[in-house]
Amino acid sequence: MFSNNRTGWLLLSPTILILILVGLVPFFYVLYVGFFKWNPLAVDPSMQFEGFGYNYRQLIFDEVFLSSIWRSIRFAVVTLFFELSLGFLLALSLLSSFPLKSFFRGVHTLPLVIAPIVVGSIFKLFTVQGLGPLPHFLKDFFGYTLNYGLNADQAFWMIVIMDIWHWTPFVTLTLLAGLSALPQDPYESAKIDGANNFQIFIYITIPMMVPVLIVVIFIRLMDSLKIVDEVWMLTGGGPGYATRFTGIHIWKEVFEKRFYGFGSAMSILYLYITIVICWLLYSVMVSRGKSEN
Amino acid sequence: MKIRKIISKISTTILWSILTLITLFPIYWMVLVSTRTPVELFGKPNLSPTFFQKIHWKNFTKPFIDGIYSDYLLNSIIVATSNAALVTVLALMATYALSRFKLPGSESIFFWTMTNRMAPPAAFMLPLFLLFSTVFKFGDFALFDTKIGLILLYCVFNLPFAIWLLKGIIDGIPKELDEAMIVDGASLFTVFWKLIIPLAAPGIAVTSLLSFLFAWNEYLLASTLTSVYARTIPTGLSEFVTTTGTNWGTMAAVALVSMIPALIFLFLVQRYIVAGLTFGAVKG
Repeated sequence: MFSNNRTGWLLLSPTILILILVGLVPFFYVLYVGFFKWNPLAVDPSMQFEGFGYNYRQLIFDEVFLSSIWRSIRFAVVTLFFELSLGFLLALSLLSSFPLKSFFRGVHTLPLVIAPIVVGSIFKLFTVQGLGPLPHFLKDFFGYTLNYGLNADQAFWMIVIMDIWHWTPFVTLTLLAGLSALPQDPYESAKIDGANNFQIFIYITIPMMVPVLIVVIFIRLMDSLKIVDEVWMLTGGGPGYATRFTGIHIWKEVFEKRFYGFGSAMSILYLYITIVICWLLYSVMVSRGKSEN
Repeated sequence: MKIRKIISKISTTILWSILTLITLFPIYWMVLVSTRTPVELFGKPNLSPTFFQKIHWKNFTKPFIDGIYSDYLLNSIIVATSNAALVTVLALMATYALSRFKLPGSESIFFWTMTNRMAPPAAFMLPLFLLFSTVFKFGDFALFDTKIGLILLYCVFNLPFAIWLLKGIIDGIPKELDEAMIVDGASLFTVFWKLIIPLAAPGIAVTSLLSFLFAWNEYLLASTLTSVYARTIPTGLSEFVTTTGTNWGTMAAVALVSMIPALIFLFLVQRYIVAGLTFGAVKG
């Protein structure tokens, strides 16, 4: 029966159909719209063809868009650095036993299941001027004024802190899963040879963890480049352009200014950049996996 | 040596206590805000657990009983449940096909399904908005602002994830078992019902729960593809942002209520969460 491919295709067809409908068709449609000048709020609200490169030519000189991509990448790298170092430390600490460990671990898992938009709300309530305890506390004890509604640097770093709060547990738990699955023999031989903990970490743990680390980096970068919800809730992309990541920028251009053609070109370029970054990491992941088997 | 061990134990415990405090404190504050009147929130933040003495229930009744948020809640429940059910059934069928049949190009199909999960939703919101409101139309019925639209749409990120997660499980069920059943004259449906589903039950449960959670938590696409009738609770939450003079208490109450499934869920599948979030690439 398994040689009868018709049954197989029949089982697969609804999945393929839905993914074509909501994945592939929108992709080709946005590619198509990207070749047109189309702004329903303009004097002429119809679609006008102005040459294939029309929107893209404008786009590569659009400093706001380019800086939003640069900002997204900077954000992804900065958060990755902090989450990876903190998560690794915590994962290592979870290997030893200490009181209340399972409780601590359970609480640590909590942020992972909370919706990004709710995380944004939680942080808004906690840090907003005039309500949140954090600005009050910083003012009273350190004389530091926290008002990310006005201060661009504070806004960016507030988002970074929120992302660390939200996603470090993911890094911790994934690395912990990887660490617990490591073979013990190399550790024993290293100890017999008189290696200290630091040497063991650098020369044994890190090299053996590379496959898991790549998975973590891949998933975290992929998700950081997508970030919209939390930022929208906390700062709305402001003040100025301080937290206007690419996703938010596209939203504003498309749904506030109704630049459909231009927005489509942006979407395509955004998609392209994300896919290139993901694809690079994915091929590293696959080639490492192959060389190990 | 023994003293060193004790010191490291103590310092680890202290580190984790601080971390737990950092994790829980903002959530605790949200709970506090949701139980207070606007007047009580004015001025210096009062961190004592006043909800033991008095809860300002109006924060909850105003949006959920007098307001429209009960509709949002119902929409969220319908969309997330239907999507989880649909995704689980379709992914089970698709995974079985990919795992048992030697379909030409099945590797590429598998890879293609996964690219759908990689794509940033912000890049898709414009084409989806245009397609849902103008192109995908059957007479008067457009997909825009319908629950069906959202249910289908969430398959984009949930199906790839579910297929990936189930594939490892179904690949682990020996093919000989299926073949033996089929030789005995069982239909494909019987194979599914009597063999695959019972053996893969825990995996299926995790898949559907995680799909439910992802659908429940989704905000960006829901907010761009609905306007009145199909709005979900995350979109309702974002409505507080633009309102001038935000009522923080109500906002906290809505955020708290929308967190409930996540909390229930945490107890049920904490063990599987790593495998779920890493697409099964790392086993938890």
